[in-house]
Amino acid sequence: MIRISRYLKPYWAYVLLAPLFMALEVYMDLLQPNYMADIVDNGIANGDMNYVLTRLLIMLGIAFVGMLGGIGCIYASSVAALGFGTDIRSDLFRKIQTFSFANLDRFPTPSLITRLTNDVTQLQNVVTMSLAMMIRAPLLCIGSIIMTIKISPSLASVLLIALPLTIIGIIVIIRIGFPLFRKVQSKIDRVNTIMRENLAGIRLVKAFLRKDFEENRFQTANEDLRDTAIKAGRIMATGMPLLMLVTNLATVAVLWMGGIKVQNGSLQIGDLIAFINYLVRIMMSLVMIAFNLIAFSRGKVSADRIREVLMEQPDIVDPAENTDDTSQEPKITRGQVVFENVIFSYSPDGEPVLKNISFTAEPGETVAILGETGSGKTTLVSLIPRLYDPQEGRVLIDGVDVRKYSLYNLRKEIGMVMQTSLLFSGSILDNLRWGDPDADLEKAIEAATIAQAHDFIMQTPNGYQTDLSQGGVNLSGGQKQRLNIARALMKRPKILILDDATSAVDMATELKIQQALRRWNHKCTTFIIAQRISSVMDADKIIILEQGRIAGIGTHEELLASNPLYQDIYRSQIGKEVQQYA
Amino acid sequence: MPEDRHNAQDSLHQPDKTGSTSRDNMRSGNSHEHGMRGVGGPGMRGFGRRGPHGRFMWPGERPKNLGNTLIRLSRYLKEDTVALILVILSILLNTACTLIGPLLIGQAIDQYIIPGDFQGLVRISFLLLGVYTLNSLAAFLQGFFMASISEKTVARMRRDLFSKYQVLPLKFFDSHTHGELMSRITNDIDTVSITLHASLTQFISGVITITGTIILMLSKSIILTLITLSVIPLMVLLTRLITNHTGRLFIEQQKTLGELNGKIEETISGQRVVKLFCREQRVIAEFEESNQRLKKTALKAQVLSRIMGPTMNMLNNLGFALIAGIGGLLAVRNVGGTITVGTISIFLNYSRQFTRPINELANQYNMVLSAAAGAERVFQVLDQEPEPADAPDAVDLREIGVKGHVEFENVSFAYDDEHLVLKNFSLEVKPGQTVALVGETGAGKTTIINLLMRFYDVKEGSIRIDGIDIRKIKRESLRSSLGIVLQDTYLFNASVRENIRYGRLDATDEEVEQAAKIAHAHDFIMRLPQGYDTILTDDGGNLSHGQRQLLAIARAVLADPAILILDEATSSVDTRTEIYIQKAMLNLMKGRTSFVIAHRLSTIKDADLIVVIDKGRLVEKGTHQELLERKGVYYNLYRSQFVRTPQAEDKNIEAALLN
Repeated sequence: MIRISRYLKPYWAYVLLAPLFMALEVYMDLLQPNYMADIVDNGIANGDMNYVLTRLLIMLGIAFVGMLGGIGCIYASSVAALGFGTDIRSDLFRKIQTFSFANLDRFPTPSLITRLTNDVTQLQNVVTMSLAMMIRAPLLCIGSIIMTIKISPSLASVLLIALPLTIIGIIVIIRIGFPLFRKVQSKIDRVNTIMRENLAGIRLVKAFLRKDFEENRFQTANEDLRDTAIKAGRIMATGMPLLMLVTNLATVAVLWMGGIKVQNGSLQIGDLIAFINYLVRIMMSLVMIAFNLIAFSRGKVSADRIREVLMEQPDIVDPAENTDDTSQEPKITRGQVVFENVIFSYSPDGEPVLKNISFTAEPGETVAILGETGSGKTTLVSLIPRLYDPQEGRVLIDGVDVRKYSLYNLRKEIGMVMQTSLLFSGSILDNLRWGDPDADLEKAIEAATIAQAHDFIMQTPNGYQTDLSQGGVNLSGGQKQRLNIARALMKRPKILILDDATSAVDMATELKIQQALRRWNHKCTTFIIAQRISSVMDADKIIILEQGRIAGIGTHEELLASNPLYQDIYRSQIGKEVQQYA
Repeated sequence: MPEDRHNAQDSLHQPDKTGSTSRDNMRSGNSHEHGMRGVGGPGMRGFGRRGPHGRFMWPGERPKNLGNTLIRLSRYLKEDTVALILVILSILLNTACTLIGPLLIGQAIDQYIIPGDFQGLVRISFLLLGVYTLNSLAAFLQGFFMASISEKTVARMRRDLFSKYQVLPLKFFDSHTHGELMSRITNDIDTVSITLHASLTQFISGVITITGTIILMLSKSIILTLITLSVIPLMVLLTRLITNHTGRLFIEQQKTLGELNGKIEETISGQRVVKLFCREQRVIAEFEESNQRLKKTALKAQVLSRIMGPTMNMLNNLGFALIAGIGGLLAVRNVGGTITVGTISIFLNYSRQFTRPINELANQYNMVLSAAAGAERVFQVLDQEPEPADAPDAVDLREIGVKGHVEFENVSFAYDDEHLVLKNFSLEVKPGQTVALVGETGAGKTTIINLLMRFYDVKEGSIRIDGIDIRKIKRESLRSSLGIVLQDTYLFNASVRENIRYGRLDATDEEVEQAAKIAHAHDFIMRLPQGYDTILTDDGGNLSHGQRQLLAIARAVLADPAILILDEATSSVDTRTEIYIQKAMLNLMKGRTSFVIAHRLSTIKDADLIVVIDKGRLVEKGTHQELLERKGVYYNLYRSQFVRTPQAEDKNIEAALLN
């Protein structure tokens, strides 16, 4: 089990210094009322000018030293907390880079991002607070209690009633208030969800004239939020004045009891004033501790979430027997792909997604994979670049098991375009260079031309230098897909995988891409997953998948003649009369 | 035609999903900011003050027209005038009690404890008891009413904003991202809420406390008052000195943080691509650079800003020492005459009460300003022009009944002022005909539908239904006569049944199921865990594209419109579902005038009329057969898309299909 606290270790000196500095500040703070009492009881009572003056100077000095302590604590705690946060963030990020696809599947992307951003900051804040506030408040509290006992133990007995009352009060507020605030948060989410849904569907809302319906739906959630928030707010509105009342009542009690003591001479008047001062500090620091506890409990949640990521074991790693001599490692040279009795399921006890898959794709061949959603098409091609490892059977490239290649050597020679297109910030050229960091513009133009992206790239304001905003949002879906294809082509891969990579590209353009690929002087084994039968008709081999099994394999003509499933698909998409006008 | 225009149209096909998720994640970046501002993050919403770090002054935004915004904001408070007056009275009472407390303690010391008046001490103790109880009561009332005032106000603002979104023209949504519009409700209104809740009361009580304290202090001792106040210029000076630097540093820190979060979001979202391209090391290097830079800038910003704490504490203690010391000297010397031990005690208490609100005031002022800036952005939306009202003589189609005769006459249209997306487009569709709109992405197919639905109005020419210009038809009756099925449909967080019922709200459960059967959706719905009662989450994330489209068709069946608009899915639908969709669409189109943005050959061939659009112009129209015989644009399109090697194919197909 990884302990988050070990990230504080490099900063142990600062971690130690911060509370010490803080103790200094608190000590100086606590001295103030004490000296004040001296002035009243000794200086004023005796009319001793010099005494008052020296005490004043001491008090000024104390205030200054206290400030230095405070600043020292802030510096030390900031260095420790920021170093801690930065290191955790760094480790998290590096850890995620080692994740396999299976690892990534277990953590939804937004959740990973929140862990890296919010949760780290949350923890960082907890460290800052622990090193400053969390120590200051208890120190102040305990110190003040000691001082009150020193002044008058019998008067301090008031605390025996006031302290437990305050603590109980705080606990009750947290117990009642906290679940309410969590509820408020979920109601806020609900309001936001409805808003988001509505914005996404605004055309249909208008088309179906559902303005009133939507408003009602929203208003229900809105009122729900309002009422819960009011309730939560009122808990606080009740709790805080009650705590204040306890403090104030204690003050009155001290004043009264202390007044009697002053009258019978067992207490000095200055001490009474100091006592009241300490009393207020005790109560305030208790409230402060309560707030810090809340932050602390949230910090624990964040720490758990971070630990979850750090403890995740990457399940696909480089082969162990690799020596330092990298030239000995196997490399892909031809691009032949062989599946041997491959069985695969996403979870160990789950239903296999691929059942006994065997086939061979010769170098340079185009293999199309056709099948329903969930038939296992994407899974099948994912095994080639080792995004997942099969449970049984082997995937061989050029006769070598993919698990024998280093991940770098393997993936370097495989260009894969996934269903969802994704671009990164930076220029178009930067994005294309993902496929080849050292590529010149000429090579980028070649790849873009094949992917039918060159023309629209040239229409963008700065051509290949055009900056893509985050996620490439200023391009249409089809354009993004074409850039994704071009990026994969930049690798000049031995094996090219297009996983429904042209779904948003119109058919004419799709055809042009296929033709350009065929004319390309670089030969690669190509896998195409497509929904449209027209996209796969020209393939050397068409594999039909049905529920994880190969239900047919052959050329378009062969399958059309013999495979009923293929005929079915063909008929539904192209129709019967196609031959009449061809 | 410029590319960005394509996007605006594409948004009909794909409601910018990637865009909105990335915005959402930016939101988590924002709450990150919150975390930095004060420990009171989102979960602490409304939980007391803003946490121990709330002291620093944030370089907030400034509203453009503060006065105007505050007046409009105050209108929202109007309904709660009574409660608001109660709150203000409570604040007054609360503050008065807070001020009187120390005064009474001082009096008790001077007049009763030192002289030894036991009776007086009892009396004043009870008086204090009463004052403190009143104090808490006032604080309770203040919080109690303020909670409902602030929540009701923001609930009203949210409602108004949401209602406004419902009447704004589509042009507005096409020119703003979802993230931007969401941010009005999440960030802006939330700031208003927090401000109303905490800042307003603190602001009022701060002002009263300061004035009250000064008056009371002056009445007790002018010299000690001056000593107490002498700390203030120092405080202002130091504060300004620090904030001048922190402002700049914080902006820098926020910028670096933004960059880092952006990088994190982008990389993690694209993690799979990073792996496929073996970019791990590069990505780590880039990240590490930002990460370390943040550490440096954050250290500077945080240390400097947090120094405010000890500095203020020092000034407090300085004031404390000065009052005790100089007060003591004065008492010894007996200058001023009135300075007693009790007076010193009063001033010691006041000096604490006094500096806190001064610190807070500056902070609250910034909060109020940024809340006003948020409110201003909300008002800007509320000030947008809604869809123009119906003409007074507008016809209600529902009353006269629709035959479904649709004519476009010389229609031209541009989304902006420059680029015509539709040029001189004319088309006549007879009742019951099915029209297939064919053309490349961005050719103008979606625009035709936008115009027919009156999401936008034509620039030139006219569109008529049964001979009536659609601008002369009541908008509601027009849209209720037109049914629309988009390839990416709107599903909301509710049961399947409720989602289908969206087509006609008063439909019975039987009618809903009947519609689902006609739409071939019944079977898959029955296979869902809870059948029709299965709750759809995350915009129907638990359904496939094809299933979503079947639900959309079921909705349209239920709505039973006279004219139908269908946008066929381009892909991502598996073959079996696709067959269902086709059958369902045919069921739906029977007997209705239908416009189909067609991608499937079979749909196109079965259409009564094929309209080929290219770059905003109608280039060809006719039946499948007529167009093929003409050997024009459609012929080429058809050849290139559907037929590859005609000679070889013919025989195979015949062979395959004849058996």
